[in-house]
Amino acid sequence: MDHFRRTSRSVVLLTAAIAIPVALAAPAYAEDSFKLGVVTFLSGPAADSFGIPARNGGQFVIDELNKGAAPAPYDKVGFGGMKIEPVVIDENGGATKQVQELRNLYERENVDVVLGYIGSGDCLAVAPIAEELKKMLVLMDCGTPRIFEEAKYNYVFRTAAHATMDNVGLIRYMKAKNIKMDTLSAINQDYAWGQDSRADFVAAAGQLYPDVKLQADLLPKFGAGQYGTEISALVSAGSDVVYSSLWGGDLQAFILQATPRGLPKRSQLVLSAADHVLPPLGDKMPDGTIIGARGAYGLMSQKSPVNDWFFKGYQNVNGIYPVQAAYRIAQSILGLKTAVEKAMAKNGGKKPSTDELIAAMTGLEWQSPGGLIQMKLADGHQAIQPIAFSRTKYNPDLRRVDLVDIQYFAAECVNPPAGVKSIEWIKGGMAGAKCN
Amino acid sequence: MNLFLTIVLDGLIEASWLFVVALGLTLIFGVLKILNIAHGSFYALGAYIAATAVTIAAAHSLPPALGFVAMLISVALIASIVGLLLERGLLKLFYGRDEVVLLLVTYAVFLILEDTTKLIWGVNPIYASQPYELFGNVEFAGLFYVGYDLLLIPAAAAIGLAVWFGLNRTVMGKIVLAVIHNEEMSLSMGVRVNRVYAAAFAFGVLLAGLAGALTAPKISMQPGLSSDVIILSFAIVVIGGLGSVEGAAIGAVLVGLARATSVHLMPQAELFMIYLIMAAVLMFRPEGLFKRETARRI
Repeated sequence: MDHFRRTSRSVVLLTAAIAIPVALAAPAYAEDSFKLGVVTFLSGPAADSFGIPARNGGQFVIDELNKGAAPAPYDKVGFGGMKIEPVVIDENGGATKQVQELRNLYERENVDVVLGYIGSGDCLAVAPIAEELKKMLVLMDCGTPRIFEEAKYNYVFRTAAHATMDNVGLIRYMKAKNIKMDTLSAINQDYAWGQDSRADFVAAAGQLYPDVKLQADLLPKFGAGQYGTEISALVSAGSDVVYSSLWGGDLQAFILQATPRGLPKRSQLVLSAADHVLPPLGDKMPDGTIIGARGAYGLMSQKSPVNDWFFKGYQNVNGIYPVQAAYRIAQSILGLKTAVEKAMAKNGGKKPSTDELIAAMTGLEWQSPGGLIQMKLADGHQAIQPIAFSRTKYNPDLRRVDLVDIQYFAAECVNPPAGVKSIEWIKGGMAGAKCN
Repeated sequence: MNLFLTIVLDGLIEASWLFVVALGLTLIFGVLKILNIAHGSFYALGAYIAATAVTIAAAHSLPPALGFVAMLISVALIASIVGLLLERGLLKLFYGRDEVVLLLVTYAVFLILEDTTKLIWGVNPIYASQPYELFGNVEFAGLFYVGYDLLLIPAAAAIGLAVWFGLNRTVMGKIVLAVIHNEEMSLSMGVRVNRVYAAAFAFGVLLAGLAGALTAPKISMQPGLSSDVIILSFAIVVIGGLGSVEGAAIGAVLVGLARATSVHLMPQAELFMIYLIMAAVLMFRPEGLFKRETARRI
């Protein structure tokens, strides 16, 4: 019996000796790391132009933050001393798949926050799910203004300006550079991004160029690839300006087919989001094309310690300079870091709860490689940011397309004020814009 | 007048490569009675192989003209071999089964080829634009056209005529026509029907690959290329009549002209116009414009 008691006591003591440190260590481990779900296109048509640069940009920023190698005010290791543990998911496959993937990230992977999404359709689909699960979701890139203009979210944030900025800024740039536009033609993809961009650009053109006449107005399907007939229609129209929000492989194919047919010589090409095709197109990109990058990004970014660190570091790691998607994920991660550390400063340095994080993120401002980001719209959930436009000029010495004639626009010059729907703001003459 | 000429020329350029794809599809159906869902994948395969050939030629500093020739030869060779292997190694096993089974088999081949192209060439867009600049530009109806695009029209016409001549004026062609008309009778007359099947399938695949190669220099190759092409090709052969060379030509011209007319005059109706024509043809001639009359077998 004594032997039995002694054995039992030994087992209990041994169990306690193992269990107590493990029990104490478990929360300590959770406090040591911050699990971040990252969603971006790793395959499909958007991977090359947006998804992979975003993944590379995110990886660079996370690696640097985990090493404590980023410049001030981002020089603290990870998020407030917690190492960032990314869980990367492919955005390809459609909105239905993304809804399930988001649930998996929160419920199986137990991520603290999900950050990502490039496609507007995906953003529209996942936002209500995060709200339903009461989990924090940070949208990094998608363009549609409808996310917060048609719904209200407590747990969802978008850390980049929506597409209205791209088109209002483009029109302001054209006006500032005295671009003649009595006639306009447009070619955009026949889905949400193309149609929304076209609507914003035409509406903004109507304000600053009230006499403009819309001629060819083409909406080829996404991924069309062959634009011979469309180019004939655009060249035949002979408009002063040809506007396009095409991107990725479609934009490259369009440029490759339009340039030899003289479209850029007959009309001024203005492309709202074309910075990402400059490296692959090289000397095939016609000089003098007006382009935007959905922010003051890449070759249009402004000098600052944060931008120098990001631009040079990304280039060293990846052998190519960062474009818009890389910038957008960088500003998203830096925004989240700022929010986490702000919440930790308030709660005595503990890992913040979702509610504490949301309170810290709402209305937040932070410096990013692309400039100051301000969560000013949608009750502090939607960002505004500055933007730049420029013209292309091929540099044969560096064998790359340089950007010249760069002009910057303040965030409040090209984004609607809080509480106003974008299209109504544009049609109302963009009242309240602060452009000086 | 200029607008009319522009629409005609744009329509013919569009029709030219579509015709080559649809010709392969209609031949395979005519001989093997298979609706080949994987046909668009052979087009994509041709485009990817062409891009690789052009890239290799450029990497070895070969002139673009030589790269263009290398592109056509490599596509013709590889597509024929792939076609032969598929017919002998897979489709043959399902002859005599229900047509739906063969349809599903070609659908499986489509899925396999989709993933195979992703495995080999990745998911990012690929370009091979060097041959596109080979033939300069030509001014027509007040517009500049790329010489390469214009040459697609005579190239497609030459391919169509060669196929028509081969089918109607050669002994081999007569044998193929005999198999198309009555496979059992051909077999009883000593025709090696299995060989005709294999040759017809390989030739159909070659035509799809060739169409892919001819369009490769002006497009970006990326996943999804095949599904768009197969939908348009089906529309063309349905309009023209399954199994008819002349029908594929007329169908391709109608689809090309319909698309060009819509883009120039009513861009919103671009896709609608193509299927409107298809619906109209099906309503009045369900067998297509050029379907041969066949005697009822007793």
